[in-house]
Amino acid sequence: MTDSKYFTTTKKGEIFELKAELNSDKKEKKKEAVKKVIASMTVGKDVSALFPDVVNCMQTDNLELKKLVYLYLMNYAKSQPDMAIMAVNTFVKDCEDPNPLIRALAVRTMGCIRVDKITEYLCEPLRKCLKDEDPYVRKTAAVCVAKLHDINAQLVEDQGFLDTLKDLISDSNPMVVANAVAALSEIAESHPNSNLLDLNPQSINKLLTALNECTEWGQIFILDCLANYAPRDDRESQSICERVTPRLSHANSAVVLSAVKVLMKFMEMLPKDLDYYGTLLKKLAPPLVTLLSAEPELQYVALRNINLIVQKRPEILKHEMKVFFVKYNDPIYVKLEKLDIMIRLASQANIAQVLAELKEYATEVDVDFVRKAVRAIGRCAIKVEQSAERCVSTLLDLIQTKVNYVVQEAIVVIKDIFRKYPNKYESVIATLCENLDSLDEPEARAAMIWIVGEYAERIDNADELLESFLEGFHDESTQVQLQLLTAIVKLFLKKPTETQELVQQVLSLATQDSDNPDLRDRGYIYWRLLSTDPVAAKEVVLAEKPLISEETDLIEPTLLEELICHIGTLASVYHKPPSAFVEGSRGVMHKRLPARTGSGESTESPDVGTIAGGSGTETAPSIIPSQGDLLGDLLNLDLAPPTTTGPPPPTSGMQMGGMDLLGGGLDSLLGGDIGGSAAMGAGFGAVPAVMPASLNAPMGGGLGDLFDLGGGVGMPLGAYIPPKTVWLPAMKAKGLEISGTFARRAGVIQMELTLTNKAMSVMTDFAIQFNRNSFGLAPAGPLQVLSPLSPNQTIEVSLPLSTVGPVMKMEPLNNLQVAVKNNIDVFYFSCQYPISMLFVEDGKMERQVFLATWKDIPNENESQFQIKDCHLNSDAASNKLQASNIFTIAKRTVEGQDMLYMSIKLSNGIWVLAELRVQTGNPNYTDLEISVKCRAPEVSQCVFQCCEAVLKN
Amino acid sequence: MIGGLFIYNHKGEVLISRVYRDDIGRNAVDAFRVNVIHARQQVRSPVTNIARTSFFHVKRSNIWLAAVTKQNVNAAMVFEFLYKMCDVMTAYFGKISEENIKNNFVLIYELLDEILDFGYPQNSETGALKTFITQTGIKSQSKEEQSQITSQVTGQIGWRREGIKYRRNELFLDVLESVNLLMSPQGQVLSAHVSGRVVMKSYLSGMPECKFGMNDKIVIDKQGKGGATDEAGKSDLGGSGGGGGKQSIAIDDCTFHQCVRLSKFDAERSISFIPPDGECELMRYRTTKDIILPFRVIPLVREVGRTKLEVKVVIKSNFKPSLLAQKIEVRIPTPLNTSGVQVICMKGKAKYKASENAIVWKIKRMAGMKESQISAEIELLPTNDKKKWARPPISMNFEVPFAPSGLKVRYLKVFEPKLNYSDHDVIKWVRYIGRSGIYETRC
Repeated sequence: MTDSKYFTTTKKGEIFELKAELNSDKKEKKKEAVKKVIASMTVGKDVSALFPDVVNCMQTDNLELKKLVYLYLMNYAKSQPDMAIMAVNTFVKDCEDPNPLIRALAVRTMGCIRVDKITEYLCEPLRKCLKDEDPYVRKTAAVCVAKLHDINAQLVEDQGFLDTLKDLISDSNPMVVANAVAALSEIAESHPNSNLLDLNPQSINKLLTALNECTEWGQIFILDCLANYAPRDDRESQSICERVTPRLSHANSAVVLSAVKVLMKFMEMLPKDLDYYGTLLKKLAPPLVTLLSAEPELQYVALRNINLIVQKRPEILKHEMKVFFVKYNDPIYVKLEKLDIMIRLASQANIAQVLAELKEYATEVDVDFVRKAVRAIGRCAIKVEQSAERCVSTLLDLIQTKVNYVVQEAIVVIKDIFRKYPNKYESVIATLCENLDSLDEPEARAAMIWIVGEYAERIDNADELLESFLEGFHDESTQVQLQLLTAIVKLFLKKPTETQELVQQVLSLATQDSDNPDLRDRGYIYWRLLSTDPVAAKEVVLAEKPLISEETDLIEPTLLEELICHIGTLASVYHKPPSAFVEGSRGVMHKRLPARTGSGESTESPDVGTIAGGSGTETAPSIIPSQGDLLGDLLNLDLAPPTTTGPPPPTSGMQMGGMDLLGGGLDSLLGGDIGGSAAMGAGFGAVPAVMPASLNAPMGGGLGDLFDLGGGVGMPLGAYIPPKTVWLPAMKAKGLEISGTFARRAGVIQMELTLTNKAMSVMTDFAIQFNRNSFGLAPAGPLQVLSPLSPNQTIEVSLPLSTVGPVMKMEPLNNLQVAVKNNIDVFYFSCQYPISMLFVEDGKMERQVFLATWKDIPNENESQFQIKDCHLNSDAASNKLQASNIFTIAKRTVEGQDMLYMSIKLSNGIWVLAELRVQTGNPNYTDLEISVKCRAPEVSQCVFQCCEAVLKN
Repeated sequence: MIGGLFIYNHKGEVLISRVYRDDIGRNAVDAFRVNVIHARQQVRSPVTNIARTSFFHVKRSNIWLAAVTKQNVNAAMVFEFLYKMCDVMTAYFGKISEENIKNNFVLIYELLDEILDFGYPQNSETGALKTFITQTGIKSQSKEEQSQITSQVTGQIGWRREGIKYRRNELFLDVLESVNLLMSPQGQVLSAHVSGRVVMKSYLSGMPECKFGMNDKIVIDKQGKGGATDEAGKSDLGGSGGGGGKQSIAIDDCTFHQCVRLSKFDAERSISFIPPDGECELMRYRTTKDIILPFRVIPLVREVGRTKLEVKVVIKSNFKPSLLAQKIEVRIPTPLNTSGVQVICMKGKAKYKASENAIVWKIKRMAGMKESQISAEIELLPTNDKKKWARPPISMNFEVPFAPSGLKVRYLKVFEPKLNYSDHDVIKWVRYIGRSGIYETRC
């Protein structure tokens, strides 16, 4: 048998010869000819001209020849629809053949021929085959329904095939069940609102039974389908988990990963104090580790998924650091992924080991890998404070190697370390300066310039160094230009006498000779600042910078949740929602993790635990831009977020090459102003260095930000103040009536009291005292009632409060017990203050910090609430909330929903994060949803009440 | 699901192209060739996205297999399928090479038609496939044969056909382990693990129900508590352990061939199955506790001045004296600026291999509880390089006739109720082989 000869016919007149052979009387010759045709077809030659001759060979009892002809038909029928009709009779006849293999072959092939006329003829045979006595035919027919649906969805519905397919879920043969599940799942994907896969406890039970019996592939179909089910309660969830866990020992990694997906999802619903929850967590680690001994390609898929799992539930693999150590002969893509996970798992307990490994890696050959290893050392320094010193000295060692890219990478991370631990490691600056000349990458140059500008007062020849960069100003990349501008302004503010000329030079380069609007605008701002008010300029430019947070490359929580629902699939490999890379209606559905039962009202909200094909308003993955905002820019922080700065690390490099071609998917997902880069960042743990987005971002935002800061912390008007209520009725206090409320004015909490004397005698000698309370509220001064209060007289008093008093947790949390004394007696009453009084003005969190904090706070601390009948759009809501020091950090619009991410800081330093979802698309839907996350979950309820009060007034 | 499957040779010429979905066009074939096969860089990811189309690719010798899709498919499944596809092809015509693929392209199309329908993997067990897809064309089948085929392909035990008969019922079990070690110069174990496989080759008649037992700690402890006598333990299958008389071992994790009933394992931790005919990998496992390290390497490196190194390495075998280790190889790295090496070894042969920057010491056989030694003087060229030599670890290769994890097969019982042979009639063979994985000692 040497079929390879068919590949080598390249003569002229070949088609003509083939035609003759196809029409030959000899069977053998015919078969040979068809083989040649198929071989030509494979290599891409057009042999469609032979269509009638090939179809003529179809009428044969030779199964092998028949299969070859079918193969040809599937390829060319579409281009020759009229002639394809010739084949119909044979198909219909074959569907009646006594041999089940032939019946199945006919129905399978017919489904692959995308010609309308043929599809019409397919219906009757298909209907028969779906009820065939032979399971092999039924399982083939089940898939055929999906094929037909792909060609003509309406036809499938009209012919009632969907119901027949649903019936097959109860078939006695497990493979028929599995294929029916696969077909239904696929059809359901393109009908997001149909209830095709009517998953209920009974059908789930059937699936779980079939799971034990079908082939490995069938098990995957069933598990992937199960993952879309939303159990009613934690008990059902647990019982499904129990029946799925045995799959973790399957030899097929895909079965294991799909089982992991089901477990990760349903685990959300289990109470954490349940013994079973702990058992399940423990059961998950070994199979995940075992996946790392699979073939490299599967290892890669596993590692990308483990990356997600580690972010969602770090506890599962926290003791397994060693298995992620890079092996000498791992392929590069496995190495890079392992490195990523190592950093995520790094902690004080294992940092020594991790560092030793990273140091080894930094001497490897692959440039991308070495860079990433160097970067990883920097990330360790930022993540584990105790190790910072060791990391810095390791980095210095690496700089000594003088390997160009190692040096540049090291400088970039050292800049981040400076930002995390200011005034600690500046002694190394001298060493860094030695390498100034060797830096040729924009990011490294920019980092170095930042360092020189930031520490200008410690570097004697800072002006010379910066001047040297200035010579080729216009050849530099924007990133470097912006940085140089800022650095020189800083230098000027620090050493004004010697550098006046320099600053003028750079300002004119930036404003007069540059075409870059971003650079020009920044130049003008500095120029005006410097010329109008140098003191203010100093305050702005040399302002204390916020410390960088350790984890800036975390995947945004909503996206992470969605990706967890896609474990094992391409989405989990790309770290992108399916909508980012799948065309058409498929994959547009966003999946979410089910909510733990009993947490607030969440179980009733429509978007929880969506069934594939189920309905519901879906929250799209919202991406909080992880880049410093424009204010940060002006404050010279424009190196983008720390630790992930720089050219996208290789992980992204390798895929983004292709991804870039994907075009607008992401951009449209994000809305223009954020730009694709943020999503890429979230997805790939990397953010491109310069902010290309800032080039076209409206400068207004930046200015606004600037003035926001310049304008100081003045309390915007319009903060919500609840109306006064009677706290102490006159009946109970011998004629003294007290009503009051709380307000926060210009950063000071005030208790506003109205005292009315309803007694017959004059009241004097007022004093006030608070009992210990949850937030340490105490009068900041005496109660100022200067003149005696005569009968029937009313007086308004405003009492400033401080938050430094003794603390005791109250029930409810915002309860305040007050004692008021006068010349008659002492009276006691209690009142509740709106917790918004305690929201401080500097409660606006940095975006990256927000992201990290949101991730950091355990999920069980999240509570969800609904605010009914609130007719506000998101901007109005945002403004209202802002007035009460509830700051909107980011806003995203997704499918008719605005998502506002907000932060609040309480006077005692507790941060509260919230996500507010506003339906904009639907005027009838006036309920707002709010999720509150806080390390101290007790305050959530109060915060929610406040938000509700603020929004409704 | 999978939209299409292509097989290319190393030049990027298409050998097989099968498109299942309408959204995959001929241009996808070219896109992959241009972007991956002809790319200058080595493969940076096994999944490549080109123009919204995702390519999953694996390479076997110089043949590329690529599965293509535009949907959010189960990525793990696609790779598992590609591996399975390779297994199936190997089972049919041996090595995956351009020649073999061209010679069997009709067969491959036939297989693809069968094992992948509309991009959904179907039954891919070679045992079952071979009953109705053959290299030598299609046999005519009787009606019973046909229904037997279809019920087997769709049945619960798709990996085995009915009516297998052997005159001699025989089975072979191979316990194959690879032991990995990283040891500090002081002899402290930094990390050690064993990854093992149990490979079963069976020639059994009918549909035999098998039950496999090993000294799994969880099972033994349970039985100990129950006080049940373990008759199977008396079976003659006990392995010849190398080290101590360890009774049971703790298994970190294990995975099974799809013939094993997983729910039964989960509930009772018993391993029961109907095996495929011929060879299969019954089980894979991993252990990290109480590993018997067959060899200990004691390195001693002394720097004599700037141009000389003295290296002494002692290896000690740590298993029963009656057992023999084979194919022992110790690899001692030397600095890059080595100019000459003198070696003296007590046993075997040692050679300095300049191209590999290492002294390679080979010993054919070595019994347990022995020790051997090598000493070497390494002359160095003086260099200006300030950077110190990083001293890579000393690595070792060997093969020993026992399982370093301590795993022992306790029994493998066979029941075939329909045929007249019993467990005692089956001839059973067990073999243990321990090999070195990455077995390194830092120096």
